[in-house]
Amino acid sequence: MTTTDIPAPTARRSATAARRSPKRERQGAAWVFLSPWVLGATVLTLLPMAVSLYLSFTDYDLFNPPRWVGLRNYVQMFTEDPRYWRSVLTTLTYVVIAVPLQLALALAVALALKGMKRGKGFYRSAFYAPSLLGASMSVALVWRAVFNDGGTVDHLLGTGGWVNRPGWALFAVALLTVWQFGAPMVIFLAGLQQIPAELYEAAAVDGAGRWRQFVSVTVPMLSPVLFFNLVLQTIQAFQVFTPAFAISAGKGGPADSTLVYTLYLYDRGFVASHMGYASAMAWVLLFVIGAVTAVLFRTSRSWVFYTSEEER
Amino acid sequence: MTTTAIPRRRVARGRTVLHVCCLAALLVMLYPLAWLLATSLKPADEVIASLNLLPGHLEWSNYTTALDGVNGVSVWRLLGNSLLIAGGAVLGNVLSCSLAAYAFARLRFRMCRPLFAFMIATIMLPHHAVLIPQYIIFNKLGLVNTYWPLILPKFLATEAFFVFLIVQFMRGLPRELEEAARIDGCGPFRSFFSIVLPLTRPALITTAIFTFIWTWNDFFTQLIYLFDPDKFTVTLALRSFVDASSQSSFGPMFAMSVIALLPIVLFFLAFQRFLVEGMANSGLKG
Repeated sequence: MTTTDIPAPTARRSATAARRSPKRERQGAAWVFLSPWVLGATVLTLLPMAVSLYLSFTDYDLFNPPRWVGLRNYVQMFTEDPRYWRSVLTTLTYVVIAVPLQLALALAVALALKGMKRGKGFYRSAFYAPSLLGASMSVALVWRAVFNDGGTVDHLLGTGGWVNRPGWALFAVALLTVWQFGAPMVIFLAGLQQIPAELYEAAAVDGAGRWRQFVSVTVPMLSPVLFFNLVLQTIQAFQVFTPAFAISAGKGGPADSTLVYTLYLYDRGFVASHMGYASAMAWVLLFVIGAVTAVLFRTSRSWVFYTSEEER
Repeated sequence: MTTTAIPRRRVARGRTVLHVCCLAALLVMLYPLAWLLATSLKPADEVIASLNLLPGHLEWSNYTTALDGVNGVSVWRLLGNSLLIAGGAVLGNVLSCSLAAYAFARLRFRMCRPLFAFMIATIMLPHHAVLIPQYIIFNKLGLVNTYWPLILPKFLATEAFFVFLIVQFMRGLPRELEEAARIDGCGPFRSFFSIVLPLTRPALITTAIFTFIWTWNDFFTQLIYLFDPDKFTVTLALRSFVDASSQSSFGPMFAMSVIALLPIVLFFLAFQRFLVEGMANSGLKG
């Protein structure tokens, strides 16, 4: 950019000052602007990450100094702790149920609203509302009551309360997430509106039906947004906590069926005071989320289509 | 679209069907919220007795019980605590995130690209990777069971999502304005405060509203940092009801849930345009 060439007549300074000092001033200014972030990134992100890695090799209960145990925590996690694997399995199941369902619903509703002339704004806001309210403890409590014995779902489907049945409880948690499809839907809708109408016209002229248009125009044009939603929702789903906590009264029950990873991490670290063990769990989570994101990015090359090379 | 090929009547009918479907979906989706409102007004014996959404008679005493609060702490106190934390978080995020965003979006400096990449990466960083050491740090500083751990990080731009959101927005602003200002002798600080910041208002409002709602709803952080009932937020106070699940306390419990949800509903009604558009912009280029 042309940030440094200031027209000579307006800069009433010596030639060197006009060329060097604004640049240096900008460098200095940039660091002033960045200072809160730099401090936060160092003290609240990088340093804690290092500390958490260190702690994961120790036994630490907050009160006595950390005791180095090497890989003990990891070995215990992977080979001696069935509840750990239970929480891994629960979380993976939850992610695999909740994320695709949520995104499919979000896309379907966005497609339905796309061409709408009247009422679009209203629907958009109304479908979005659960995304904000649903993250609250209030709605999680509603969920527990509605899916409990004698709750609405029991009345309607006669399946008994889902919340009390090991095979079903996790599905109730997942449904709460699916219910919050409004946030990805709004992003899909914005993406759909940026697809030029000419593309559809050209496709129609070439004899493409609705389905063909969807597959050959909508999906490729929307793929960056689809990718964005997929990455974001997957990362968030791995960290689900509040609904599982509310539905199981913080215990992960029944029979550990809603013991999601973060709930078990909370239990180990803050209830049982095994901070070292919880740190090891946190690092595995970090690693898994990093790996899943990397895999998503890797596969995205074959299906995400960018119109301009400027995009990330 | 291909509407020209299809007779008008069919289009109109298709549209009606679409509206009917959307409204039906909406009814199902809003059911839990209607249930919440209805239950908060039901007497204890009606809660599980019937599927009927409407209460036989309105039990307003649920709300008076809820106002008395939990563990001897009144709801006003709980709401005040929540408000203090959410307000502090809003101030912190708007201030620190806009400062960082301006540097990333507009100022050239060494390490700009790697630092920006790092900032983006922290959006994906699970909170749990830093949670325990952060807890230990605040514990060593004697700040556990105070509001500092909940507010202070926001003043240090730790919510990178908002930095990113504001960067995206600032990149869309015309550079000519600042260049003109610079020619007139504006330094980076003047041009930030007098030109860029006012123009960034929509992104700042989005940041403020989302911060408020997310902080208000946040449960995990409050759960680990706050112990004293009189320091509890409304969200945390609702937790007491998680443990005691007796049906008799249903009415007051959901009355309190409604009260806890009210600020979010009001924010949503007042700012839904900003919220929806802010969310839409986050997934696209600015």
